[in-house]
Amino acid sequence: MERYIRQTGLRSFGEEGQVKLASGRVLIVGLGGLGIPVAQYLNAMGVGTLGLVDNDRIALHNLQRQVLYSEEDVGQSKTEVAARKLKAQNGNTQLEIFATYLDQNNALEIIAPFDLIIDATDNFGTRYLINDACVILGKPFVYGAIQGFEGQVAVFNYQGGPTYRCVFPHLPGNHEIPNCNENGILGVLPGIIGTLQALEAVKVLTGTGQVLSGELLIYEGETQTTRKIKLVHRPENQQIQHLQGNYAIPVCDTIPTIDAPDFLKHSETAALQIIDVRNPEEFADFHLKQAKNLPLSGLRDRLAQIRWDEPAYFICQSGVRSRLAVQQIQEIHPEADIYHVAGGMHAIQPLTEIS
Amino acid sequence: MTVLLFGVAKDIVGSPSLSIPTNANGKRIPNTVGELRTFLGKSYPELERLSSLAIAVNNSYANDDETINSYDEIALIPPVSGG
Repeated sequence: MERYIRQTGLRSFGEEGQVKLASGRVLIVGLGGLGIPVAQYLNAMGVGTLGLVDNDRIALHNLQRQVLYSEEDVGQSKTEVAARKLKAQNGNTQLEIFATYLDQNNALEIIAPFDLIIDATDNFGTRYLINDACVILGKPFVYGAIQGFEGQVAVFNYQGGPTYRCVFPHLPGNHEIPNCNENGILGVLPGIIGTLQALEAVKVLTGTGQVLSGELLIYEGETQTTRKIKLVHRPENQQIQHLQGNYAIPVCDTIPTIDAPDFLKHSETAALQIIDVRNPEEFADFHLKQAKNLPLSGLRDRLAQIRWDEPAYFICQSGVRSRLAVQQIQEIHPEADIYHVAGGMHAIQPLTEIS
Repeated sequence: MTVLLFGVAKDIVGSPSLSIPTNANGKRIPNTVGELRTFLGKSYPELERLSSLAIAVNNSYANDDETINSYDEIALIPPVSGG
């Protein structure tokens, strides 16, 4: 195998490592910034079968970090373009294309035939889904995630080691953590983290080196610092028997939201600026003591009545108008510290005393 | 006590690290990881609202009942989702 001589010549890898790669079956979930370097390197190095899962199309703003795609590919399906280019890179690889998003209905079926899963997704819902499905099926997975200049890498559920839930037990709410491309990723960062994921995949498949299991690697690009955190294995996280009915929101939501119970708890400890955007009649009927009434219909003309130097909490009857209010204000005051109260007065009423 | 901040914790605090004075007169100094969570949550309510926030003491994942002292290096590690 002339083609792989540079790696088979490595004593710790050898012909044996190449044979193991060739019989390996790896599923890459997500063909974005992280998935692309994983796919390119595993394909180049001779992994036998690569499964590719994504249902996205290539957008112009993907090109600064998703380096497999070209300007002419914009608008096309990621799996189709990636499969074509990977085929040209290495014709021996068996490519299996899944032009879909991974969800609770297809995850077990798609994952089952593979030896190793790569979590190269861009949202928490799918990350927890991959974790739970891999625990149920007894598959290891290589986790990678990025934000700004930072990245995290780990191999989870490897030979009884810790899982993603041992580090982060609960799926974060939509308003807690920046969840989308809009929050910024330096183009080269997914290249670094994705390549580290590819390295871990090779180690798991061939038994070369020491697999990054039981540890979380944190990479900080601004200072070129890496740090490894020793993890604690919680056996109860290995007991998952079924997928959850819902893994929430793979959809991008940039409207800052606070849940009614959190909002109430917060309002008990601080004098909050609360803006009630319902009609004056609804407001007169009942409202929160601290609330100021600025109906949504005339909100744009009354923005001067809001104190911008402190957070403002927008509330309405059910959470629809307050959401719109925050959306409108974000366009005018993108820096404003504003929240919409999910569920509105409907959610608040049973929990509190109304004036 | 030095607290290193990652991901959204860094954005919330507005700095990559925090120093917690260990001789604040009259103030109660956090003795456990759980007390540190509460202590930080008072200054930064958004930290307290995170569903999952891993805390490492001297590069090891720590449970809330773990004791900490002034020469420990603490890291706040929230989940990160981008890809």
